[in-house]
Amino acid sequence: MIVFLIKRLANAALVMLVVALMAFMIFRFVGDPIQLMVNEQTTQAERDALRERLGLNESVAMQYLRFVGNAVQGDFGISYRNQQEVMSLIAERFPATIELVLMATFISLVVGVPLGVITAIHRGKWYSEGLQFLSIIGVSLPSFVIGILLILVFSVMLNIAPAFGRGDVVSIGWWTTGLLTPSGRAALILPSIALSFYQITLVMRLVRAEMLEVLRADFIKFARARGVPTWRVHYSHALRNCLMPVVTMTAMNIGALIAFALITETVFQWPGMGLLFIQAVTFVDIPVMAAYLCIVSFIFVALNTLVDITYALIDPRLRNAKA
Amino acid sequence: MTFKTTLLAGVAFACLATAGSAQTLRWGAARDINSLDSYSYGSTFTISFLNHVYEGLVRYNSDLEIEPALATEWEVLPNNVWRFKLRQGVKFHDGAEFTADDVVTSLTRVSHPDSPLKGNLPAYKSATKVDDYTVDIELVGTYPLLLNDLTNIHIFDAGWLKEHNAELPTDVAKKVEGYPTFNANGTGPFIVESRVPDSKTILVANEGWWDEAQHNLKRIEFTPIASEATRVAALLSGEIDFTEKAPVQDLPRLAAAPNVKVMEGNELRTIMFGFNFQDKLHNGEPNLFKEKKMREAVGLAIDLNLIRDKVMRGKSRVTGTVVAPAIPGYDAALDTPPVYDPEKAAAMIKELGAEGYAFEIMCSNDLWVNEEEICNALVSMLTRVGLAPRLNIAPNAVQQVKLTNGEADMFAFGWANEPMLDSYSILLQTFQTKSDNAGVFNWGGWSYPEMDKLIIAASTELDREKRLAMQSAALKIVKDESIMLPFHQQPMAWATSDKVETVVQLSDNKGRHWLTRMAE
Repeated sequence: MIVFLIKRLANAALVMLVVALMAFMIFRFVGDPIQLMVNEQTTQAERDALRERLGLNESVAMQYLRFVGNAVQGDFGISYRNQQEVMSLIAERFPATIELVLMATFISLVVGVPLGVITAIHRGKWYSEGLQFLSIIGVSLPSFVIGILLILVFSVMLNIAPAFGRGDVVSIGWWTTGLLTPSGRAALILPSIALSFYQITLVMRLVRAEMLEVLRADFIKFARARGVPTWRVHYSHALRNCLMPVVTMTAMNIGALIAFALITETVFQWPGMGLLFIQAVTFVDIPVMAAYLCIVSFIFVALNTLVDITYALIDPRLRNAKA
Repeated sequence: MTFKTTLLAGVAFACLATAGSAQTLRWGAARDINSLDSYSYGSTFTISFLNHVYEGLVRYNSDLEIEPALATEWEVLPNNVWRFKLRQGVKFHDGAEFTADDVVTSLTRVSHPDSPLKGNLPAYKSATKVDDYTVDIELVGTYPLLLNDLTNIHIFDAGWLKEHNAELPTDVAKKVEGYPTFNANGTGPFIVESRVPDSKTILVANEGWWDEAQHNLKRIEFTPIASEATRVAALLSGEIDFTEKAPVQDLPRLAAAPNVKVMEGNELRTIMFGFNFQDKLHNGEPNLFKEKKMREAVGLAIDLNLIRDKVMRGKSRVTGTVVAPAIPGYDAALDTPPVYDPEKAAAMIKELGAEGYAFEIMCSNDLWVNEEEICNALVSMLTRVGLAPRLNIAPNAVQQVKLTNGEADMFAFGWANEPMLDSYSILLQTFQTKSDNAGVFNWGGWSYPEMDKLIIAASTELDREKRLAMQSAALKIVKDESIMLPFHQQPMAWATSDKVETVVQLSDNKGRHWLTRMAE
């Protein structure tokens, strides 16, 4: 087990190094941060001096090595745009994104699982076919369109939920949460629904497919023969047996949701990591972009590792095969 | 169940929120400010926001004329020394007295070699305290625009800077955070109550402000909302009271809404197109734009009124000169756009043997209002008269590098003359021959010695009338030689909720909420 963990950690480090290298190769094409940092009246000599002091005249390899050298010591530098330490900047934004992603995951399960069961047991009925059709729209609509539609309906027309921001937040240590204030909860509604749309359809289709499979199994027939009430057969016996893959997929997809959240956060001005990254791109804020990419790749690797470890704990065959 | 209660709580809250509290101005801005430290970033928008918190020695009044602020009077002494008498009885937000030490410390900080704002005070040499309420500022030479420069140099409290170890400017390269980046202590009409970057900055009215308050605001809640659609939605749903950037395409919709007022005007920024003056184009072909006749032909081929009516939806102001009417040095005689004459342009191009002449027009897609559409229109207008332009379009951060390297054959350009508000700004930075201290934006590499002479003479002329005459003469050369083809002044559009009674909108496009009144 320990060997497996060490291997995985080394793996994560390698992925982060490669991501950072690719990032620095791309940074040459995102433009020049200097002109965004000074105003119209600055002379050429002053611009050149600033570029020199920021180390932007060095080669890509040098900039990359310097970044890795500092990052190893936990120093990701200072944001060009906010003039704040990159690590504290990301740590500030992290709770907002995680809260949004967890809420979206929660909604996708609460809505997606029952819908999946309904479409499975009422296969062929007009409403379950209708739900199936709607789910295709859910998969294919881009999330910014969903976001803007939600704002239009619930903020502008009905005026029942705020269109932007995170409301008031409460600090618990370094973590901030909007769940403890009314305005924070209100602000969470629309963005988490927008973010969960894609996930809902995914969960629904997965549950449906699994249910159809399970409903054909012998133990279901046996339960029916015993006279167990239909709803218990469906929601207790059958559903329980198809939840494992749903849980796995949901956990794995949290990484993807963090990445998807970028668009939702931009539409709703949600002060999370995605919004930070988008703004860093427009301002050519190289330290923030580099740190964000590293951290997100770390989250992906960490989630995968967690899932693998859980599997290994459940199934000894996998443990032996890998170790 | 949890979700349901959340939703209900949301409904309850939203009803409360739309009621809003009187005299709180909720400002939904297109972008966040970079920092609370106006010396840390050369951003006009950040400085204009911080004008609510900090003040300079002088300021602009509502006619964009300079008037006393923290200084009450000034005189020019021999040897390029300016003596300023300071206002007495002014207090910083933390209660400290405003004195000459604060001015000296602030000027030293802003002119430090590492300060990004150093360029805003180009002629500064040193500042010395004469007594508690008198300061002498020594300049490197005769320089007429010191007061213009000082409008944007905020005065910090010397003791406060010292206490928080912030007497040097914040420097990104040194990798240290600065205390003033997150905290503020000014003398201005509003006090910073809290700030969460990218989320919310809250200002409260300064009851002890030295000047008579014309506003009736208690609070300003400043929230950046970068997405245009969301900003418009927030206005329509009554979640914000003011935005300094209402998207041009949504103006009819906003104007039709019963609870929103739209305020339109033209800003100081003039959009124009410049040419390459080097021997070769970027693709290595001989450069015909060096010929004045070729540049004139291009000018005749552009239907500026059509661009105004179709691309800018009638909101821009067509111009014949490169500076806006409110900028000193503007000459109405120069403000005559060329008359659109495609036949003549085609004939001239034929004469020059430039039919089918291939070149690139460089534009950004994220800088000026509807820039992409303007550039597309330009391409088709120039194609119609026999040229073969190709559009090179990308985000500004990418284009800027190519422009600085002189890789553009023809390029879009915009200049507002901020923060100086004087045509000397564009003449020095754009039209003077490129050198260490001039012509940073001389991307075409042009050089007109007779114009340089006028600009250099203007830079040391203390007589305002004489100086402006020289600058107008230089602008006439710009026009006569068609160095750049001016297009229009950009539209600016603000929008407010119906709770806002008066907002002062000047052509510099800056919010001045110390003059804003809301319904009681």
